[in-house]
Amino acid sequence: MELICPAGTPASFRDAIDAGADAVYCGFRDETNARNFPGLNFSRDELAEAVSYAGGRGVKTLVAINTFMRAGNEQLWTRAIDDAAELGADAVILADLGLLAYAAERYPQLRRHLSVQAGAANADHIDFLVETFGIRRAVLPRVLTVAEVATISKRVKCETEVFVFGGLCVMEEGRCSLSSYATGKSPNMHGVCSPASHVRYRRDGTEMVSGLGEFTINRFPESEPAGYPTLCKGRFVAGGQSGYIFEDPASLDVLSQLHALEAAGVTALKIEGRQRGRAYISQVVTEIRKALGTLGGAPRTVTDGNALRKLSEGQRTTEGSYDKRWR
Amino acid sequence: MKLPRTILQLLKPIPVPVAQAIAAAALGAILRKHPKLFDRLGEHAAKTFAFAPTDIPFAFAVSPRRGTMTVARPGRILRADATISGPLVLLLALAEGRSDGDAEFFARELSIDGDMEAVLALRNALDDCGIDLPRDLAPSGGPFRRPVETSLQALRTLLSGGNRKWS
Repeated sequence: MELICPAGTPASFRDAIDAGADAVYCGFRDETNARNFPGLNFSRDELAEAVSYAGGRGVKTLVAINTFMRAGNEQLWTRAIDDAAELGADAVILADLGLLAYAAERYPQLRRHLSVQAGAANADHIDFLVETFGIRRAVLPRVLTVAEVATISKRVKCETEVFVFGGLCVMEEGRCSLSSYATGKSPNMHGVCSPASHVRYRRDGTEMVSGLGEFTINRFPESEPAGYPTLCKGRFVAGGQSGYIFEDPASLDVLSQLHALEAAGVTALKIEGRQRGRAYISQVVTEIRKALGTLGGAPRTVTDGNALRKLSEGQRTTEGSYDKRWR
Repeated sequence: MKLPRTILQLLKPIPVPVAQAIAAAALGAILRKHPKLFDRLGEHAAKTFAFAPTDIPFAFAVSPRRGTMTVARPGRILRADATISGPLVLLLALAEGRSDGDAEFFARELSIDGDMEAVLALRNALDDCGIDLPRDLAPSGGPFRRPVETSLQALRTLLSGGNRKWS
């Protein structure tokens, strides 16, 4: 299975490759990708250098253009496709159907991967996109069990890719409106979940209080591990009880399921975290590369689960829906 | 991650003007060596960032575009758009991109306040530009460049407990 690694900067791009990535995904410095944060992402020149660095080492460069085009400003997205193709990207990762059509018509030789943001969670959906837009790979949303991943992977006419580590969204990928509700900006349209411009932290006695727009997201007692300031991972009072109503602050970690995912016919494993620092990327890629060494009869090595847990949101990990125990 | 008591004892008697002169020289050297920092900072280069180490008797306010550094004793109010607090060794590790800011924030080792866009831009700019403090600051030593670099590398190793990392 291929290891697909994130990079938010050229330095982390190189670190991901040096740590053992088979492919690195990244985005331009604008709203065309789902990690549109200040100081992050690639200029056109930086992408050209990255493609060259990766190509020289047999590593693929995937460009995420995975937000949805905004009416009246479509050229921002189509220009991103043009530039990714011209700069030699090995594939583009797309969610918008119009953009898929544009890429298929203009650049038929450029591999098209379906972003997790497209939320394609069944074989009929994926095969329709294979037949209509020639997608070569679908990144499956994090709402499926391993058995469902296997069913889809064995049936669809393209490769499948699944997330194995990193930040975990509430189960509405590509459709979540929580950030938009609170701030007017969303990951789907603007590439930002909980935009930094709307995030604030303050101390209240010994507690750290996080807020987003008009909403208080959480109150963390001293020394309790914290999470991102997203509404989906906020702690709210409902029915007289305080708790995580949507989702606990925890990161996905399904390294224990690698054998099952391989047996399921998955082509590629993806690490989330383009917004994270080089230290995260180096460590996570190294650990997962080590874990992949346990497959295919290679000598078993043990990954440092504790190290990965410390890098995780809330310092906790979960297998999420892969090990679904709820209805 | 804790600063050894001996280092703390050495830092305590340093007068603020001396600390400010040293810190300003270090900032100047880093900004000259890493002009790409400004590209990623964008408009946020004009902001003022306060760094408040929780374990030494100094706090620092940096304005990258103006290239200014102000040093004060803890508790004295430094005007800043954003403030980043944590142990000194961790702040140095973050400056070198050797520690992940999100993970340190999750662990509550790091606290941030103020303009979050500016903080993110700074984090990403620092992470990308590959600051190596011993290498970058060594030229300030003039003819003693090599021993300065070697000493700073040794100090980094000491503070990191044997790793090349600060943290």
